[in-house]
Amino acid sequence: MAETNSIPTASESSGPIETDVVIIGAGPCGLFAVFELGLLDIKAHVIDILDRPGGQCAELYPEKPIYDVPALPVVTGQELTERLMEQIKPFNPVFHFSERIDSLSKGPDGRFHLKTDAATEFIAKVVVIAAGGGSFTPKRPPLNGIEEYEGKSVFYSVRKIESMRGQDIVIVGGGDSALDWTLNLAPVAKSLTLIHRRDEFRAAPHSVEKMRKMVEDASVRLMIGQVTTIEGRGGQLSAIEVKTAAGQEKIPCTAMLPFFGLTMKLGPVADWGLNLNENLIVVDTERFETNEHGIFAIGDINTYPGKLKLILSGFHEAALMAQAAHKIVYPDKKLLFQYTTSSSSLQKKLGVK
Amino acid sequence: MLASFEDTRAAMTKITFIQPDGESQTVDAENGLTVMEAAKLNDIAGIEAECGGACACATCHVYVDDAWRDKVGKATEMEEDMLDFAFDVREGSRLSCQIKVSDAIDGIVVRVPAKQF
Repeated sequence: MAETNSIPTASESSGPIETDVVIIGAGPCGLFAVFELGLLDIKAHVIDILDRPGGQCAELYPEKPIYDVPALPVVTGQELTERLMEQIKPFNPVFHFSERIDSLSKGPDGRFHLKTDAATEFIAKVVVIAAGGGSFTPKRPPLNGIEEYEGKSVFYSVRKIESMRGQDIVIVGGGDSALDWTLNLAPVAKSLTLIHRRDEFRAAPHSVEKMRKMVEDASVRLMIGQVTTIEGRGGQLSAIEVKTAAGQEKIPCTAMLPFFGLTMKLGPVADWGLNLNENLIVVDTERFETNEHGIFAIGDINTYPGKLKLILSGFHEAALMAQAAHKIVYPDKKLLFQYTTSSSSLQKKLGVK
Repeated sequence: MLASFEDTRAAMTKITFIQPDGESQTVDAENGLTVMEAAKLNDIAGIEAECGGACACATCHVYVDDAWRDKVGKATEMEEDMLDFAFDVREGSRLSCQIKVSDAIDGIVVRVPAKQF
């Protein structure tokens, strides 16, 4: 049994995880889908590329007030996420954070096979895509030709510090990622230059302080400016040019780590054979099902006539989707429509009776 | 007493958007909107506003023309933090979702950057 305050996540397992439903996206709609499915005795695993629940509410506006969630005159993205997590707790969803579903196909028995970028596999009767604006991915700086260097000498994350040993490293940005990597990589680098557009940093003050000390003892060079061009061949950087107040300066660079935040990209969803309209998944308005029977799409990622990208619309879509999913998960069971106010069986599931 | 038609109509302010290729478009925007909203309402190219005006991305980045910088004021700390995510940030860089349309900026000229990202 998980502790009351911890979020249950999957443990290492061998072989595919078999479940009723895989929900792609742990934003408000994906979380509420757990609730609506749970009331109908449908179990769900939830996968999200972020390392925590909430989706855009967690990543884009955790502190911003939301005024249009029914019955909550004002709620922040963070609070809404916390309340949803509390609401779905009775249904014990299993979360797989920091993973992205990369492939989706249909097996011979009609169930769906899914695989994440971390090689976690699922077999599910129903797939619910609640992926919002798509998966959050690091922003690619619009520097000419940067694509050919990505993964070779331009990195958006570092897996092994050792791989950076002896390199002329350039880190760009002023947030926690930029500062943390500056502190971690400086000891192994041949040279490390931190480039930021201004001499103020968003990162935690103690990291900034440490960085400034390293600048003082010359183990890190701090440049206030912006990268304008990159040079190299065959994917290997050799130098970059930086625009500073003093003018252009070229510095040697064999590895660059740009940290410009995250953006949302549709990603692998585009390759699953689903009908799309301007990067949104086309669904019907009775079941919110895609052109593929058993795959549903709810929340900001779907489109239909009259669609509004509102959290409350996504909640409605989750409820109708769950009714349709029930027919697939329990084809022989008759579904009796019940209210949480009066149904003792629903109240039992919610743990209030 | 009933207000006259003139009084109830929201005051309008002129905003000129200049594209990187020099093409310019002047629009009438209702006071109280943001410059980003005025851009979106008038289909100005190059203003993406991915986050919808929450000051949570940097895809409505514009360069405020020199003559208007003092009038629009300075970016807040939150906006400066977000500008870190914009590309080719310059002296007049602002996020257009954080500039309110008012009489004080009537006639303002903003330039759309070559790229939002």
